[in-house]
Amino acid sequence: MEGSLGAVAQFLDTNIGLVASIGKIALALVIALQVAPIMVWVERRQAAFIQRRIGPNRVGLFGFRLFGLGQPLADTIKLLFKEDFIPQQANKFFYVLAPILPAVIGLVAIQGIPLGKEIIVAGHTIDLQPVNLNAGFLYLFAMSALGVYGVALAGWSSNNKYALLGGLRASAQMISYEIAMGLALLPMVFIYGTLDLQGMIAAQSDSLLFGFLPNWGIFLSPISFVLFVVTMFAETNRLPFDLAEGEAELVAGFLVEYGSMRWSLFFLGEYAMMFTLSALTTCVFLGGYEIPWLPHAQLVTLLTPIFTAEPATWVAAAIGLGVLIVKVAAFMFLFVQARFTLPRFRYDQLMRVGWVYMLPVALLNLVVMALIVGFLRLT
Amino acid sequence: MTASINPYLPILVAFVLALLVAGGATIASFLLGPKKPNPAKLDVYECGVPAVGTARQRLSVKFYLTAILFILFDIETVFLYLWAVLFGQLKWFGIIEVALFVATLVVGYIYVLRRGALNWD
Repeated sequence: MEGSLGAVAQFLDTNIGLVASIGKIALALVIALQVAPIMVWVERRQAAFIQRRIGPNRVGLFGFRLFGLGQPLADTIKLLFKEDFIPQQANKFFYVLAPILPAVIGLVAIQGIPLGKEIIVAGHTIDLQPVNLNAGFLYLFAMSALGVYGVALAGWSSNNKYALLGGLRASAQMISYEIAMGLALLPMVFIYGTLDLQGMIAAQSDSLLFGFLPNWGIFLSPISFVLFVVTMFAETNRLPFDLAEGEAELVAGFLVEYGSMRWSLFFLGEYAMMFTLSALTTCVFLGGYEIPWLPHAQLVTLLTPIFTAEPATWVAAAIGLGVLIVKVAAFMFLFVQARFTLPRFRYDQLMRVGWVYMLPVALLNLVVMALIVGFLRLT
Repeated sequence: MTASINPYLPILVAFVLALLVAGGATIASFLLGPKKPNPAKLDVYECGVPAVGTARQRLSVKFYLTAILFILFDIETVFLYLWAVLFGQLKWFGIIEVALFVATLVVGYIYVLRRGALNWD
């Protein structure tokens, strides 16, 4: 028995990179899979409060009501047991593939988010970013750009006029806003001088702006922040940019022929993408998992006397994850609040905002920021 | 000691796990749900009235134009990322070059705008 335990310890020690990586991926997956049900509940409750209703508050867990938190679970079970049919006119292969795409992309994209700085386990330093590329920024971009395929394929393969219109509108909208999104984030890349999200977070926490403000991206380049948040709404097809669904005119757009679990996979993907993009904003503009005025290294130093050296890094990582989730939750709240307070754009207005206003503003912002950073750093 | 593996390996692992989750959900709902198809249910959904025409029709050329313009402007964004990373090394040379590049682009953008390619009315 001891021999086998020793062998396990030996295996863990030599393959720590792989084991840690799978652990991190599992953690990010669990977070992504929890986001959808919780957000569905938050969304329904908040909608109810805004519209002076009560909303789902009945279904509880284990006899406790918990403000209806059992509702998403009940919904999932209901969706799982609903009839799962493929409409006759649909292109079967793409109809089945379409909902899987956004879900997979959402779950893979979230892996690029740094969930914390690092932990030390048995002498090994483990970085807490599941997919830690030196160009992690571009990875997230690539993944969010893939999101258009699920919507476009769903719209086309359903072979329904409403679905086709919804899918087309969504594709055109997503690609249009992607340009402004890329340009909005460009100044952040040359301000921080890196494409690595961990590096960006470190750059935001190592000094104070004017001696008192956290050195966050939102203060360094506020226009980029505003542009990025707007494009974030457009990229995730959320109101006021939900032309793809447009209940009042397109029934449900690309979702019209979908039901049961396939339908909920679209929402799993959408919420995972919302979380990922909110977390990206947090990492680029709001200091990520760092507590303002208290860099990670200081936090670890503070915690070391209470816990010992290695557990202190674990506690610091847990606190960091909590901070990240609080910051992301603020964005998710904004998403929901916007959905029930703003009216939907008309399609020509939407395209005009994207191409005629946001693109030139983003370009101008880029040039002005380049000049400012140039004068501050190069002279 | 830093634990290191190929940085692209986690993407593959995550992709396989995500595929298992999404594929598993699809298959589970296929196996668990009832199967009672009827012609009305399998028909195109158009709010209850019989479907008129087909969805395989011609599309507005605007969508095509948008896609083309997207490719143009998006590739330019990708070029700019390279410069942004090397901002510190290229110094003023980089800034001036990019300003010229953006200026050229703006000329094209104004042309597109004046021709009404971005006009959806």
